[in-house]
Amino acid sequence: MTNKAYQKIYTKLDAITKATVSLRAAGVANDELAVVHGRLAQVVKTKNETITLQVFSGTEGIPTNAEVTFLGAPPTLKTSDQLAGRFFNAYGQPIDGGPEVEGEEREIGGPSVNPYKRRQPSQLIPTGIAGIDLNNTIVSGQKIPFFADPDQPYNQVMADVALRADVDKIILGGMGLSNDDYLFFRQAFEGAGALERIISFVNTTEDPPVERLLVPDMALTAAEYFAVDKNEKVLVLLTDMTLYADALSIVSIRMDQIPSKDSMPGSLYSDLAKIYEKAVQMPDGGSITIIAVTTLNDGDITHAIPDNTGYITEGQLFLRADSDSGKIIIDPFRSLSRLKQLVQNKKTREDHSQVMNAGVRLYADAQNAKTKLENGFDLSDYDRRCLAYAKEYATRLLSIDVNITITEMLDTAWELFGKYFSKAETGIKQSFIDTYWKGN
Amino acid sequence: MFNKTTGIVTGIVSNLVTVKTNGPVAENELCYITLDGTPLLAEVIKIKGDLASVQIFESSRGLKNGDPVEFEGKMLEATLGPGLLSSVYDGLQNNLTTMSGVFLKRGEYTAPLDHEKLWDYTPLAKPGDKVIAADWLGEVKEGWLPHKIMVPFTFEGEYRVKSIVPPGQYNVDKVIAVLVNEAGEDVEVTMTQRWPVKVAIKAYREKPRPEKIMETGVRCIDTCNPIAEGGTGFIPGPFGCGKTVLQHAIARQGEADVIVMAACGERANEVVEIFTEFPELIDPYTGRKLMERTTIICNTSNMPVAAREASVYTAMTICEYYRAMGLRCLLLADSTSRWAQALREMSNRMEELPGADAFPVDISAIISNFYARAGMVILNNGEKGAVTFIGTVSPAGGNLKEPVTESTRKAARCFYGLEQNRADQKRYPAVNPIESYSKYLEYPEIIAYLDSQMGQGWVEKVAKSKNLLRRGREAYEQINILGDDGVPVNYHVDFWKSELIDFTFLQQDAFDPVDAVCSMERQKYMLNLLLDICDRDLEFDDFEKCRDWFKELINDLRQMNYVEFHSDAFKQYEAKLSKLLEQHDK
Repeated sequence: MTNKAYQKIYTKLDAITKATVSLRAAGVANDELAVVHGRLAQVVKTKNETITLQVFSGTEGIPTNAEVTFLGAPPTLKTSDQLAGRFFNAYGQPIDGGPEVEGEEREIGGPSVNPYKRRQPSQLIPTGIAGIDLNNTIVSGQKIPFFADPDQPYNQVMADVALRADVDKIILGGMGLSNDDYLFFRQAFEGAGALERIISFVNTTEDPPVERLLVPDMALTAAEYFAVDKNEKVLVLLTDMTLYADALSIVSIRMDQIPSKDSMPGSLYSDLAKIYEKAVQMPDGGSITIIAVTTLNDGDITHAIPDNTGYITEGQLFLRADSDSGKIIIDPFRSLSRLKQLVQNKKTREDHSQVMNAGVRLYADAQNAKTKLENGFDLSDYDRRCLAYAKEYATRLLSIDVNITITEMLDTAWELFGKYFSKAETGIKQSFIDTYWKGN
Repeated sequence: MFNKTTGIVTGIVSNLVTVKTNGPVAENELCYITLDGTPLLAEVIKIKGDLASVQIFESSRGLKNGDPVEFEGKMLEATLGPGLLSSVYDGLQNNLTTMSGVFLKRGEYTAPLDHEKLWDYTPLAKPGDKVIAADWLGEVKEGWLPHKIMVPFTFEGEYRVKSIVPPGQYNVDKVIAVLVNEAGEDVEVTMTQRWPVKVAIKAYREKPRPEKIMETGVRCIDTCNPIAEGGTGFIPGPFGCGKTVLQHAIARQGEADVIVMAACGERANEVVEIFTEFPELIDPYTGRKLMERTTIICNTSNMPVAAREASVYTAMTICEYYRAMGLRCLLLADSTSRWAQALREMSNRMEELPGADAFPVDISAIISNFYARAGMVILNNGEKGAVTFIGTVSPAGGNLKEPVTESTRKAARCFYGLEQNRADQKRYPAVNPIESYSKYLEYPEIIAYLDSQMGQGWVEKVAKSKNLLRRGREAYEQINILGDDGVPVNYHVDFWKSELIDFTFLQQDAFDPVDAVCSMERQKYMLNLLLDICDRDLEFDDFEKCRDWFKELINDLRQMNYVEFHSDAFKQYEAKLSKLLEQHDK
C-alpha cells in the first residue's frame, strides 16, 4: 500500500456504526483505502463532503476523534512467482513468518476478461471420484460449488480434489475457516509435498467477518497473475462462500440498504457473479477453475445464497449422507456439471454420457421402489433388482472415497447393468450395448 | 451549436452517481463522467432540482466528488446498418471483437459497424419516388440476406427522392440518396442510421394477429405448445433445469432469418459456446453457417450492471430494424430476471419505496412494454416481417410466485415451465407438459394453419395427447397411494401410456445429432403413431406384463428417435414395433 508524500490527517468522525464510519473529507476516490484508528477501511459511499468508510475489522473502540488517513488507492496485491508456497491473511500480508513478497502491485477486484477473448473450456479435470468424473465431469475454466450441510466433510473432499487435479497452482481462499480446518488444509498440502504450488489467503473465525470480503478478490488476483501472465492452469478453492455472503449482508444492512430475499443485499447476484466469473479458459492455455463451498441450512437450496450461486456457477456438487450404503455420496439428482458435455465422449470413452444417464435413471427407479417399500407396498422383481443395484452403485461409484479412472468407472457401471438388468431396461443406444455389454 | 449542459459529481454509491447540473437535462439522457481524463458513459435515471441521478455503465472505482460531467443531449442509441449480423456486442453495442487487450478497459468504446468494408449496393427506389420512414431505398447483400437500406425511422412526413447512387461498392458511411422534405430542404441518407433503443420502432402499416407457427425442431414446443411467428413466450425454471440448453437449441434450430441472442447477466462461458460453435454449425433452413444469421449482445453477469438493462433494449432494436426489411427475426433473452435485478439494484440505491421482493413497483409495466415490441407486422409496402421473442426467467428459489415470473406471465403468450422434478429424473427438456401452455393454440388463424400443415384436427390430437398425460399422472398418484396391486390393471395401462408419450415424444436428446432436430413431418408421424397405439384396446393379465410390454415399446421407439427418418434402420425399428403390437394382439 503506497503512502503519499503528503497525507492529510482527519480527526473528526461524524457517525459510527458497527461496520462503517463517516467523516467530512475532500478529494477522496470511490473504493479508495484509508486507515481509521490504525485499522484498514475502504470508501463505500460519498455524498457531498461526507465520506462513508467500511472498516474491515469492525469499529469497536473507535472514538469520534480517531485519526483517519486516506491511502490514495484501492486494495492491492503484490504479484510475482514469490507468492507460491505462501500463506497470507485477507490483506495479503504473510502469516507464515516468511518475508514480504516483492512484485508488481495490482488492484484487486479488477476488470473482467473480454468474453470474446475467452476460449471454450475443453480440458478434463479428473478427480478419481466417480460422483464427479462419471456423473458431473469438471472442466478447466469451470466454476462449481459444493452444496453441503455444515456437518459434511466438504473441506476434506475439496482438498482431495485439489491434490489429485492436474494443475500448476492451487490457491486457497479461506473465509471464516475454523482454525482446525485451516491447519487441516496446511497439513494436507504439506503431507502431499505440494506446498510449493499452493498459495493461501486465509480469514479464520478468529478474524473479523468483514475482512472476508477481501479474500476472494485477493485469491483471484493471484490466480489471474499465474493464469494470464504465466499461462498456468490454476485451481482456486473458496470456502465458505456462505460466510462471505453473510459479511456482504452485514455491510449492506449497516449502510441502511433495503434488503431483498433472506435479508441479503439486492446486489447479491452481481456480487457473487463478479467472483465466480473470474473462472476462465484463456487462449494461451492458462485457466482459472473455481471450486467453492456453499454451506446450506439443512439442505435448503432455495435460500438466497445457494439460489443465486446456482444461477451463476456451472453446476453444483451436492453432498449427502446415504443411509443404504452408509457413505457420504455425491447426490446424482441434485448435482450437475454444466460443462460436462464439452469433454464427455470426446475426451472420455464414447459411451460415457449414455452410461451416465442410464446409471442415474436406474438409481431414480430405485428411489421410487424405496418409496413403495416405505409405504408398505409389495415390491416387484424389477423394484428389488433396482434396490440391490442402488446400494452397489452408491458404494462403488457415488461414494466420495472412490478413487479410480474414468474408464474403470464406465466398466464398473456396465458390470452393474449386466448384473441387475436386461439390455432393454437400460435404454442405452444399441451400438454401445453391442460393444460394452457385460453379462447375458 | 447549443451549449451542452455540464455538471460535477457530488455523490457516489457503487454505480449510482449524483451530479449537480448547470442546465436542462432529460430523463434517460446520456452523459460522460471524466475520470482522470477518461470519459465514462452514464445515463440519467432520475432528476430532482439541479441534481441528476445517473447510472454509470462502468465501474465507479476511483471516481471523486467534483469530477466533471458533460451531458450529450440524446438518449442511448443503436447504430443500424449492414454488418450487424455475425457481430458480438456488449450491452451498449460496443464491438467486443475489435477491443484491444484481454481485459475490458473502462472507457473503451468501439464502433458497432465496420466503416472500411465495402458492400455491393443496388438501388431499389428511383428519383421522383415519394417515400416515408422505413421505405426501402436500396439493398446490399449481407451474407445471403437482402439487407434493405431504408429511409431513417426518425424521418417524419413524406419525402421525395431527389437522387440515388447507381449500383456499386460502398461503405456504410456513403451517402446513397438525397431526399427532399416537405419544406423543400435536401436531406442526405447513408447506409447507417441511429435509433434510441428504449423507443419501439413503429414504422409499419399495421400489426395483425400472428397466423403461422415458428418451427424450432423441439417436439414439446412445436407440437405441444407451438409459438407463433411474431409471438412471445417465456421459459421460467430453477437453475439446473436446462433453460440454457433449451434456448441454445431454439437458437440453432429456430425457423428465422435473423437471430439475436441477448446474454443478459448470464455466464460468459455460455456466450463463448455460441461464438465457438455457431460459426461451425449449419443453419438447417438455408445450409449457411449459423453465425451468418446471428448477432450476439453480451452483457455477462460480471460486466457492469447498468448496461444489463441496455442490452435487452439494444437487442430488441436490432430485431425491429431487420423486421422492417421484411425478415423474420427471433430474439432470445437470457435472462430477463437479471435485467429486473439490475433495475432493483438501482431502485434500492436511490432509496425508492420498494414493491414486492424489493423490486421497483413498475416492474410489471416495464416487462409488458418490452414484450409488446415483438410481433408480426405488415410493412408500408405490404411485405410481412416478424419479431418473435422468447425470454428466460430465473425465479428465486424456483418459486414461480415471484414478481418477475408473475409479471412475465401476464405479458407472454406461451409458457414453458421447467420443472425441477423432471430435471432430477433427467427427463429433458424438462418442460412440464401439463402446466405449460401456448395461447396460440386457441387462435382460429393458427388452428387453420395447423390443419393445413399437419392434417385436419391437429389441435384436437394435441389436446388428446395432453389429456393422456394428465390421466397418466392421476393414475400414477393412485398407484402410489394404493400400491401396484391395489389398483385395477387399467390404471397401469393409463400410466404407461403417459410414460410412452413422455419418453418417446416429450423427451428429446439435445446432444444427439439426429434426435436434436425433429422436423414437423416427423413430429406429425410420431404423434399419430403414439395416438394410434394409445387408441388400441390394450389389455394385460397383470401390471408386470403391462410394464414389460410398454418398456420394450418405449425402448424401440427411443432407438427409432436416434436414427434418420425413413432410413433403413428406422424401417427396422418400425417393423419391430409392428411385431410388438401384433404380439400383444394375440
